[in-house]
Order: sequence, then structure tokens, then C-alpha cells
Amino acid sequence: MAKYLMLKHYRNTSKSLDCAPMDQWTPDEVSAHIQYMNDLAAKLTETGEFVDGQALAPEGTWVRYDGEGRPPVTDGPFAETKDLIAGWMAIDVDSYERAVELAGELSAAPGPSGQPIREWLELRPFLGAPPTITE
Amino acid sequence: MRSLVPGVLGVLVRRGADFAAAEDAVQEALVEAVRSWPTTPPREPTGWLVTVAWRKFLDATRAETTRRRREETVADEPPSGPVPSADDTLQLYFLCAHPSLTPPSAVALTLRAVGGLTTRQIAAAYLVPEATMAQRISRAKRTVSDVRFNEPGDVATVLRVLYLVFNEGYSGDVDLAAEAIRLTRQLAAAVDHPEVAGLLALMLLHHARRAARTAPDGSLVPLAEQDRGRWDTALISEGVQVLQAALARGRLGEYQAQAAIAALHADARSAADTDWVQIVEWYDELVRLTGSPVVRLNRAVAVGEADGPRAGLAALASVDASVPRFAAVQAYLHEKDGDRTTAARLYAEAAALAGNAAERDHLTRQAARLNSP
Repeated sequence: MAKYLMLKHYRNTSKSLDCAPMDQWTPDEVSAHIQYMNDLAAKLTETGEFVDGQALAPEGTWVRYDGEGRPPVTDGPFAETKDLIAGWMAIDVDSYERAVELAGELSAAPGPSGQPIREWLELRPFLGAPPTITE
Repeated sequence: MRSLVPGVLGVLVRRGADFAAAEDAVQEALVEAVRSWPTTPPREPTGWLVTVAWRKFLDATRAETTRRRREETVADEPPSGPVPSADDTLQLYFLCAHPSLTPPSAVALTLRAVGGLTTRQIAAAYLVPEATMAQRISRAKRTVSDVRFNEPGDVATVLRVLYLVFNEGYSGDVDLAAEAIRLTRQLAAAVDHPEVAGLLALMLLHHARRAARTAPDGSLVPLAEQDRGRWDTALISEGVQVLQAALARGRLGEYQAQAAIAALHADARSAADTDWVQIVEWYDELVRLTGSPVVRLNRAVAVGEADGPRAGLAALASVDASVPRFAAVQAYLHEKDGDRTTAARLYAEAAALAGNAAERDHLTRQAARLNSP
């Protein structure tokens, strides 16, 4: 069993589908999109493959250490428009092939007019536990 | 208490309970035992569990079929019937490792139905939500629901599942390595098979080194650098004994061969004393038995120790480069051959390909060490 992160960047949607931002969809289209995500999470719980799913607010703040005794420096908040990480789903599956299959399914979430938005998802394997027997 | 689980479950199934319902009933009986035994320990723990589990099973059956009088009559007189037997235990192992199950499902079902662990414990051990693990287990039960309980099984499939539990567990509250050893011991008591003994020996010999495998900061300590004084000598001598008895049967298999390699390491007082020539011979056996590319890769390491790094690199040339740890082995052999620059590059490459953080960190440190002036 291997865990994978399906990272939703909301990247390249315009290239592949000419898809308007979500706030310009109809309310029903937004609901259908969210319902699709929830249904997929429920289905993966049922198949014993769901680990976690979270959505992130678009606005973030950059933070870094600024030396002893000083408060951290912050930059922002601002919306990162070029590469927005909108959320993720983590799965625990039998094989890489299965992970790709599920990422494809997640990418088919409906957008305007119920068409799949075909967003690019980034699929990243988790680093697991070291095996006991190596020699 | 959990050692009684397979026998109790076997009794319920032989009395005619279907496997999934019987398994739920045994779990409930265990929960009750945990609650009541500390204050009122039963005289006959197995009998107690059978009685309570059978009652739980009947309650559940009644609840589902309240309108069916037929079920009521079954409920009235529980057969005084069979006591747990080694055969039941073995059948349970076969069922939980049935070839129709995927390896993760077989692992989960084995830990619950044979091991008696709760779904919550198994979920925590594999870092997934409890609901996900509950579904994985109930799907596995559905998958095997049509398998006849006395259907003959293959010990090899059971051994693969136990090997996975031992080798690929996260370290959580439940000690999966210890649990795998317990389940393999129990299997060895139920069936006389040299490969079962071989796997048990393999686990004992590796478990013996556990304390020495990690530094206090959690980093991996390679075999050659381990403090051999921290190896568990009692486990080693038990492992060696189990292995010798198995080898004497003259039916060699992959687990016995792997255990033989582990025994040769255990036998060496220092890394320098290791009998690499004999280890290479065992790897040759393993290649013959399995043809596995991972075995070929490990064989190249052993050849490098026995006949020098050049010979190791030559052996490596015939190994599929896509095998995990290939670059790490290449790096190791190049460093031994005196080529630090190539070794540093390969260690960095290997770190990027590592499948777990402990190994990645170890390989990164190797690269950093070689890159430091």
C-alpha cells in the first residue's frame, strides 16, 4: 500500500478547457463541483483508500525567521494568482496505476455546464516507513 | 488473550456462523473481556470467549431476523460442540490471506481476525482514518464470504502476508513487528512446514538487531556500523535454532535462505568478521529460488564485500537499474573503489529516489560527507 497526495493547483484549466473562475459559475455548478469532491471522498472511504482531503483558503501569508529576539517577517497577505494551491486529497492505494486512475477521476470534477474541468493535478508519493529487512 | 482469537473464531465458524458475523462477534467478546477480566478472571478463558462470542453472534443474528422463528430455535441451544483446534487456526490464516484479496486487504483482515487487533489499532498502525480501515476490512470480509472455511490453502500466501506485516509497518502504538512474530509463532504451532520456520527465524534474527538499527535521534544505523553488543542474543540463538531445524528437513525455500543470510550476519563478532563468501553462496541460492532483481542487487553488495568493489560493480552490471536502492548500492561500491566524486553524485541521486525519509536522510548525509573537504 502506498500513500499519494493529489495536489490541486488549479493550474492550466484555462489552457485545456477555457474555464471561467469558479465565482463566475452558476451556484448550481459550484454545488455540483463540490458535491463531486465529497462523493469521491465518500467512495474512497468505502473502498478503504481515503486518507484525507482538505481545501485551502486562497489567501496566504509568507513568513520567515528574522533573527534572535525579533518577530518573524511577514509578506502579504495576498492571493497567489500564478499557482494557487486550492487543496488536496490524500489516498492510500495498491499501486501507482491506481493512484493515476483516481487522480484522473478527481480531475474530471464538473465545471460550467457540467463539463469536466480537466484541471492538472500533481500526484506526489508520500515517503513511507523504512522496511526492516534490507539485506 | 489475543492468542485465543483464531481458535474461538474457528469454533464459531465451524458451528455454522458465517465468517464476517463471527468475526464481529469475537471482537465484541474481546471488548467485553478487556472490561471484565481484570476484576473477574474466567477459569476457562477460551470457553468464556466462545460462550460470549457465540451469544453476541446469536444476538446479532436475532436482531437481523427477529421475525424468523427458525433462527430462534437455533438460538435456544448452543451446541456444546467443538473446542478450538490447530486446524481451525490454520484455516483462518488461509482465509485471511486468500488469493482473491489484495495484499493490503489481506494484511488488515489478518491483523483483525487472526491477531484480534481492533480496527482503530490497525488504522493507527497504517496511518489511515478508522472509517477507511473499517471499510477495507469489511470489503475484505465480503470478498472471502463465499470461500468455504475448510478449503485447502497455500501456506506461501500466508507467509507473504506475515512478511508484509513484519517488514512494512509504520512504528506506531501497536508493535507490528512483534505482532508479526507472534502470528508466525502461532502459525508454526499449527502447521509443520520448513518455510514457516524459515520466516519465523528470519523475523527473530532481524528483530534481534532492532535496538541497534536506529540511533537515539531516529536515524538509521547501517549493519556494518551497528553496536553488536546491543543485539539480542537470546533472539539470535532462538532464530538460529529454528533455522537449523528447518534446514535439516532438506526442503530449502526463500525464507530459510534469507534467514541463513541473517544468521551469518548475526554470527559475525564484527562487520569485518562477516563470512561474505558464504553469504554470496546463499544469495546464489536465493537468485535460483526467486529470480528477484532485489536479490540480485543485494547479491552485488555481498560480492563487493567478498571479492572487492570491482567485482561488485561487475555483478551490478547485470541488475535492472530501476530496482529500488540501485543507485545507493552503486554509490557504496564506487566509494569502496576510491571514486568519491562518482559516489557523492550517486548518493545524492539515490537520496532523491528513496522511498522513505529515514533512508533519504541517511543517503543525503553520505553525499554530504563525501562532498565535504
